[in-house]
Amino acid sequence: MIELDDIDRALVRALATDATASAGALGRQFGLSQPACWRRIQRLRNAGVFRGARLDLDLERLGFGVTVFLGIKLATKGRVSLEDFERAVRAIPEVQVVDHVLGAFDYRLRVVARDLPDFERVLRRRIMTLPSVGNVEANVMLSEERRPGPL
Amino acid sequence: MADLAERAGVTPSTLARRLAVLREDGVLRGVRGVIDWAVLGYSIEVMLRVTLDKTEPRAFDEFLAEARLVPEVTEIQTFLGTVDLRLAVIARDLSDYQRLYRERLLVLPHMSDIEALMHVSLVKSDETVPL
Repeated sequence: MIELDDIDRALVRALATDATASAGALGRQFGLSQPACWRRIQRLRNAGVFRGARLDLDLERLGFGVTVFLGIKLATKGRVSLEDFERAVRAIPEVQVVDHVLGAFDYRLRVVARDLPDFERVLRRRIMTLPSVGNVEANVMLSEERRPGPL
Repeated sequence: MADLAERAGVTPSTLARRLAVLREDGVLRGVRGVIDWAVLGYSIEVMLRVTLDKTEPRAFDEFLAEARLVPEVTEIQTFLGTVDLRLAVIARDLSDYQRLYRERLLVLPHMSDIEALMHVSLVKSDETVPL
């Protein structure tokens, strides 16, 4: 775990909003020289504070009007089932996120599709045919907010 | 940038121009850094699936307004389906989560049911589209 001061926290917040911001620009914003700011950013990156970067795309404009969250329960358990399921689900291009979870479901998936008929195709041909898949629950996303979190 | 230009088969200056157009058009809204909260000491991640009391016409608005005030809530989605909302919540450890759950989350307005899924591992995270 990495200790952060107030400036570090401000830098993490700024980079979470715009990962492409330069050390020079962020330095000016927070009253640091470019090299000092660069060193702080390097320290954050080296500690693994950022898992990566995410393109914030207007999916509707790209023709992907539907996002669905799926809860999946496996019909059979065991190490081999989990590995087979995870390998197969990772390969589906419409599946953006797969979380292994504990609770009423075993996995939570975030799936994008062009429209509802396209989603039905993905569900029938790709999801329902996954190894060991059992009960599947689908919820169509209406809106989403990403919050800055406790910084 | 140079890698991306090579993969797209264009020069870096063409790439920069095309990206600028995508940004201006609003197709590319931004490039967000994805925080690994575990590295910042938040080792617990829970997804709460919430059902609201729909007899109350302002249930969604009032719930959302209150949920936004909880800093540990990192994502809020609304749905058409068996659940109405999903909150992604992070906490430092289980006792921190218990405090958060009792003091900040269970008091959110107009909930008729709440169910938790605890995050174990991230199997895939690739928020691109199959173009």
